[in-house]
Amino acid sequence: MKRSTIDLWVGIFVAIGIAAVTFLALKVANLTPQSSDSTYTLYADFDNIGGLKVKAPVKSSGVVVGRVSAVTLDTKRYVAHVALTLDNRYRFSRDTSAEILTAGLLGEQYVGLTQGGDDVNLKAGDTLAITSSALVLEQLIGKFMTSFGEKGGDSHAASAAK
Amino acid sequence: MLETLLFPFRHIGHLTVNAIWRLGFACRFLFAVLKASGQCFTRFGLVVREMYFAGVLSLIIIIVSGLFVGMVLGLQGYNTLARFGSSDALGALVALSLLRELGPVLAALLFASRSGSAMTAEIGLMKATEQLDAMAVMAVDPLARVVAPRFWAGILSMPVLAALFNVMGILGGYLVGVVMIGLDSGTYWSQMNNSVDLHFDVVNGLIKSLVFGIAVTLIAVFEGYDATPTAAGVSSATTRTVVTSALVILALDFILTAFMF
Amino acid sequence: MSSDPFIEFRNVSFAYSGRPILKNINLRIPRGKLVAVMGGSGSGKTTLLSLISGQNRAQHGQVLVDGRDVGQMTGRELYEHRRRMGMLFQFGALFTDLSVFENVAFPLREHTRLQESMLRDLVLLKLNAVGLRGTQELMPAELSGGMSRRVALARAIALDPQLMLYDEPFTGLDPISLGVISLLIRRLNQALGTTAVMVTHDVHKSLDIVDHVYFVANGEIVAEGTPEQVRASELPWVHQFVYGEADGPVHFAYPTSTSLADDLNLGDVNHA
Repeated sequence: MKRSTIDLWVGIFVAIGIAAVTFLALKVANLTPQSSDSTYTLYADFDNIGGLKVKAPVKSSGVVVGRVSAVTLDTKRYVAHVALTLDNRYRFSRDTSAEILTAGLLGEQYVGLTQGGDDVNLKAGDTLAITSSALVLEQLIGKFMTSFGEKGGDSHAASAAK
Repeated sequence: MLETLLFPFRHIGHLTVNAIWRLGFACRFLFAVLKASGQCFTRFGLVVREMYFAGVLSLIIIIVSGLFVGMVLGLQGYNTLARFGSSDALGALVALSLLRELGPVLAALLFASRSGSAMTAEIGLMKATEQLDAMAVMAVDPLARVVAPRFWAGILSMPVLAALFNVMGILGGYLVGVVMIGLDSGTYWSQMNNSVDLHFDVVNGLIKSLVFGIAVTLIAVFEGYDATPTAAGVSSATTRTVVTSALVILALDFILTAFMF
Repeated sequence: MSSDPFIEFRNVSFAYSGRPILKNINLRIPRGKLVAVMGGSGSGKTTLLSLISGQNRAQHGQVLVDGRDVGQMTGRELYEHRRRMGMLFQFGALFTDLSVFENVAFPLREHTRLQESMLRDLVLLKLNAVGLRGTQELMPAELSGGMSRRVALARAIALDPQLMLYDEPFTGLDPISLGVISLLIRRLNQALGTTAVMVTHDVHKSLDIVDHVYFVANGEIVAEGTPEQVRASELPWVHQFVYGEADGPVHFAYPTSTSLADDLNLGDVNHA
């Protein structure tokens, strides 16, 4: 095997490796801005975050604008304190509301932002004032069962009266 | 009577002492190789030559196996996901299982049986035919000239092979999921995009493959250098390389996974 | 013998994991001479070579090469020593992954910074010296046993060594190749003026070319002399070795403490 042939093949090999890593980085992974230069952080407090996880997407009108970067419990008020890392390109007004939504019936949970009408935009480190908590399925079913049980009791009582 | 009762314990003790002795020996060997590695970087041609044998010649097996593993993941993943009505998540399933576990582990196992065993056999035969002695007598350190280039070539080749394995697997999953079964191509990629994180999944997977590369190549060159210089010795050293590599890869994978994810 | 020894062994003993291989060896090899060390298999003669090349170190005594003790050398000094030394291994030990040209060029590439054209000329000269110019593109697997031994010889003399060591250079060769190799060894010794030590058990071929012979048996030097003295020797051991007799001071049978009848359990038959 000639030296130049070996060099050529190893060159191709390394190029394939670089191409593969680039493919994985760009096409497979979401190359969201990582550096702090191009992102800013907002906070939001929720009564209940349900199944929200760190790295869950933050969407506005369905467009991913950032990620959940931290979830902590505020031990004074006992609410969930969620840090949202947002892309610098997207700015939101002071009265923007945040809610925790679910993709599909059983899908992953994400934070939805709805732009308000205020002219002044939120700055880095601000806290979103208007939030609504996650819909927790058990509580939903529980409420439904309670109301269903009341109705069922009524009909039972009605039939007994006959 | 007591002898027969004590025999199993004595045997276990012997095996343990032997294993620890070899581990220590391998560590010293690693330091010796690192110390003798200077020449590899001034004469990089030596490493390039070994990368040809370790890396380029493994391309075919990595590409074909990657493709098939991806296709199997696509089929099995679809069957399971469809039962829960979430076949859209196929892209995420294929990409995550490959990037985090299957890619680095399977590529390393293939690398150990394809290139690791070849390295052991080559170095072992060089020892058996006095080529290493001849080199030493010519005032050339066999560790620097024979072992170190192979060591570094293996370490450099492994992440490339693992990345290629991942890409082929993801394409294999695409082939089955999108082309054969008819899922939406956009969903396949966007689901993948949403769930795969560059640092968390891609980079950690590559770190894994780098660690496996170091382990497999060290085992391969150590077994070769340590082989009994006979035909039987070289063949049992080659077997030991494949077996030890497989065990070490899986054990390391568990440890790394516990730390990373 | 000459008073200017190039290699000198002074009371050298060597044991391998407790088993003595060489016992109290004393020998002097003069500069520029071709000396053979003969002995049966396992007599310790290859170990003697490895003490000169520094692959093993003597536990007792001194191995002096050009006035310096090989056993006391540091790693760097040992490499310096080996750069002035060439060694022909028993089966050549060519690098099977390199071509004939690269094999001969190997020591030159490792130890010198020659230009490629000059390196090529040197390699061709060395190959020409062993009569194999024209084989440089072949791989070692394509060579016959005799040819690969000659390529290995060309590689060993690539750096024009002051000292040549030959480990069983005649083993496994047909008579013609054997003649070629012995001629080359003799010619190289005369042309380059190197001191050469040859370990062999091929009596007749080596007696034709060497200046002096040492006989080693059981780790000791049992006899020495010029080829003429050896051929005429009355010592029973030397006579047996030189003329290849099956029985003599060296017994045909391996020494055992039991008799054949005992080993075959024939004794029991009588008792029964």
